[in-house]
Amino acid sequence: MTETRIERHHYDVVVIGAGGAGLRAAIEARLAGKKTAIISKSLFGKAHTVMAEGGAAAAMGNVNSRDNWQVHYRDTMRGGKFLNNFRMAELHAKESPQRIWELETYGALFDRTKDGKISQRNFGGHEYPRLAHVGDRTGLELIRTLQQKIVSLQQEDMQEFGNYEARIKVFAETTITELLLDGDRVAGAFGYYRESGEFILFEAPAVVLATGGVGRSYKVTSNSWEYTGDGHALALRAGATLINMEFLQFHPTGMVWPPSVKGILVTESVRGDGGVLKNSDGKRFMFDYVPDVFRKQYADNEAEADRWYTDPDNNRRPPELLPRDEVARAINSEVKAGRGTPAGGVYLDIASRLPAEEIRRRLPSMYHQFKELADVDITKEPMEVGPTCHYVMGGVEVDPDSGAAAGTVRGLFAAGEVSGGMHGSNRLGGNSLSDLLVFGKRAGGHAASYAEQLPSRPAVPVAAVEAAVETALAPLHRDTGESPYALQQDLQAVMGDLVGIIRRQSELEDAMGRLAELRERVAKVSAAGGRRYNPGWHLALDLRNMLVVSECTAKAALERQESRGGHTREDFPKMEPKWRRVNLVCSLDGDKVHLAHKPLPKMRPELIALFDRAELAKYLTDEELAEFDALAEEASK
Amino acid sequence: MGTKRQFRIWRGDETGGDLQDYSVEVNEGEVVLDVIHRLQNTEAPDLACRWNCKAGKCGSCSMEINGKPRLSCMTRMSTFEEDETVTVTPLRTFPVIRDLVTDVSFNYEKARETPAFAPPAGVAPGEYRMQQVDVERSQEFRKCIECFLCQNVCHVIRDHEENKPAFSGPRFFIRAAELDMHPLDAKPDRKEYAQAEMGLGFCNITKCCTEVCPEHIKITDNGIIPMKERVVDRRYDPLVWLGSKIFRRGQVPQTSVTSGHHSGTATASGEQPVHSHAGGSHDARSETQAQQGVNWHREVPHPTAPAVDANGKLPLTELTLDRAAAPSPFGDDVKFPLPPQHLNFAHPQQDEPKH
Repeated sequence: MTETRIERHHYDVVVIGAGGAGLRAAIEARLAGKKTAIISKSLFGKAHTVMAEGGAAAAMGNVNSRDNWQVHYRDTMRGGKFLNNFRMAELHAKESPQRIWELETYGALFDRTKDGKISQRNFGGHEYPRLAHVGDRTGLELIRTLQQKIVSLQQEDMQEFGNYEARIKVFAETTITELLLDGDRVAGAFGYYRESGEFILFEAPAVVLATGGVGRSYKVTSNSWEYTGDGHALALRAGATLINMEFLQFHPTGMVWPPSVKGILVTESVRGDGGVLKNSDGKRFMFDYVPDVFRKQYADNEAEADRWYTDPDNNRRPPELLPRDEVARAINSEVKAGRGTPAGGVYLDIASRLPAEEIRRRLPSMYHQFKELADVDITKEPMEVGPTCHYVMGGVEVDPDSGAAAGTVRGLFAAGEVSGGMHGSNRLGGNSLSDLLVFGKRAGGHAASYAEQLPSRPAVPVAAVEAAVETALAPLHRDTGESPYALQQDLQAVMGDLVGIIRRQSELEDAMGRLAELRERVAKVSAAGGRRYNPGWHLALDLRNMLVVSECTAKAALERQESRGGHTREDFPKMEPKWRRVNLVCSLDGDKVHLAHKPLPKMRPELIALFDRAELAKYLTDEELAEFDALAEEASK
Repeated sequence: MGTKRQFRIWRGDETGGDLQDYSVEVNEGEVVLDVIHRLQNTEAPDLACRWNCKAGKCGSCSMEINGKPRLSCMTRMSTFEEDETVTVTPLRTFPVIRDLVTDVSFNYEKARETPAFAPPAGVAPGEYRMQQVDVERSQEFRKCIECFLCQNVCHVIRDHEENKPAFSGPRFFIRAAELDMHPLDAKPDRKEYAQAEMGLGFCNITKCCTEVCPEHIKITDNGIIPMKERVVDRRYDPLVWLGSKIFRRGQVPQTSVTSGHHSGTATASGEQPVHSHAGGSHDARSETQAQQGVNWHREVPHPTAPAVDANGKLPLTELTLDRAAAPSPFGDDVKFPLPPQHLNFAHPQQDEPKH
């Protein structure tokens, strides 16, 4: 085994993941003068970020000047049911506008307001029009802009050093399978080129994880094949911790018909622009599902809801724009009550609400997508939609300011979907694109300064590399194990059926048992064929990541005895203030997932003062409310 | 509920390979990529194929289906006959890595050679002001999902490896056009660069790229042609050269030949504005005389110069027009048959009494 060829590279910062967060982190590290590598599981520019349609939330106040970071902060906390890491929500709300404006200096072309500023659109959970957008392909614009910025940095290096890749290089179609440690410090990363199957070793003191989410563990998902929880698993194995893993966002409106595109998203903008949800009786059912905490902001009758589109200042919002978890649960209930469509969804109708021309203008790629993929004309007929696994709120527990991973490891940073805490128990639409930029920049910058201040470079231990090679080649050498595709389907069935939107204790316990069985089977997986671009082998290696992350989710879901955001327990349907004070933290003990309770950081007084007492009363314990009252009293003196 | 369909898929690597036959179950509403996934799940677990979003947004799953460059996630099985054998092959313009996966690094090299956006000096972030109508032109090109189907289909490099070093391809022509049309881009010579360094002149506008574009970007009409038209240096461009032969220009600065003369008379005599018919412009009095057939010595209209631009060049209007031919030599505002009062010719005997 030792004669296996391994390509070696030296970098200051290695960024794993080439989506929005990864690219932004890499730009920052390179601007800090560090030699930076970007590892992309796909081709450069194909990241899952391109799927984001709605926009990037940033309180620029271009459309409604009353918007500011405090309002955005409030919306984010409210959307996350106050489980968010308050500091991350604060930084995010404060820094998003600069990050968006910065993109314009990289060449981004957002849609404009009449006075030539960046236009902003309404979105679920946001009080004011806040999402900077480009039609309904904002994610693509973001990726392309960052991609082109990296190219422009490479052109600068070409001029200076005569080499495009002197200080920043993209390793496309490369998968990292292992992080290598020197004691408790990150020393490098080991992986393989997907194209050739050759191994590659990066020696680097700082690693930024930006690998996205875990959706591929679910049967119905909007996520691409890359979303196998690689970063989550790498972090766990390196001694970092994961938080909030029980919180998964099911996007309320994924396509349910035809089957080939099941799971693909229908952007929330369809609802923001006037689309309404109807059950098979033709009833606009969302009015029946406005929770008490949202009564103040959401209309309870159609007339008021319809007026809101033209006069948002004097009317409450339509309930179709409730946060995603509420809408997903409502659709789920309607379908379970037998009022769903034949394919098991509900109708999303924009055809009867806007003229065809206007629909095509406002939602061009939606129109295009439905027409081409499903032969459905959304200007003529309603869409059939249902919940699809979309986003994991949970992820690597990080220091809010630097993105440094918590746990026992140093030199590991995380940003974007792979990090946890920012979104609490539920993410607002539009907050992820700005999250990528804000925390991508922070993680990249802090990784660079960590690498800078390090007195000596950590060394990659040879034994760890040999072990990594052996693990990677194992599925190819076995020929008695099961097919990775069959195992993935079984895993998806367990997660989809037993750890889905609505969860029950008995099912979660069942899931734990089945995951343990799967663990045995995955350990024996075998892949046919050779090393050269072999998708079966790639999946076999991804499976163990999917498995360990699924175990975290199932375990945390079983532990949290309440319903909140992206975690709904049928046996504990209420939100419990005492559970709001708890983060469930997963770590790896040997190869077993260990779960611990950890108190949530306490919001600073000036931040908690941004909320009404009446609103806080729905979330906080009596004890916390008493503290709030004391604060308020002191302030009024 | 599915039916068995016949597939022929190219399997192999850079050392060679061949088409292999598969019989696969296909269900209602599926696309070609679903079938490939089913094959991976069953009899061909190591069948190599790129894909990501499976929603026509990432441009990863480009391949040639029955010889046509397509995104496999957007090729519905319902578009084929039930008994039709579907042949799937890798993109032909790029070297094969394995099965349906090709080495598309050519495109990334060309991307790197294309000069990046140049931010305007002295405009702070947050102070960028642009009008929607102005950004829309570039936004059309920024829809590009980089599936590289246009690069694959372009005959300049398809089967012409030797052209690759000098030719960036349609994807990067629209990148240049996008930056050229960007309201705030500070680099002034995008077109000239495209012509001199990117091989814009190789393109002879067969529009194959536009045809295969899954985003329906009008690559040729909105991107390539406007750049070709306005680029200053025409020496290397066979089309402009051809245009100059057809229109017999390039010898004299024609802009000043007749229009100057005419605008001079028109303003001096204060007569009604002249109109152009039959390649000439003339005053109303001559027209009346001509109708009466009395003045055989009336002023013969000078031929009107073609409508040239500031650089003295004729726009390649046959390409931007809505029809596939040269524009009417009589002028575009002329409908046939001409109204008699606009005719230049009057029969000498027309007013004589018939015997």
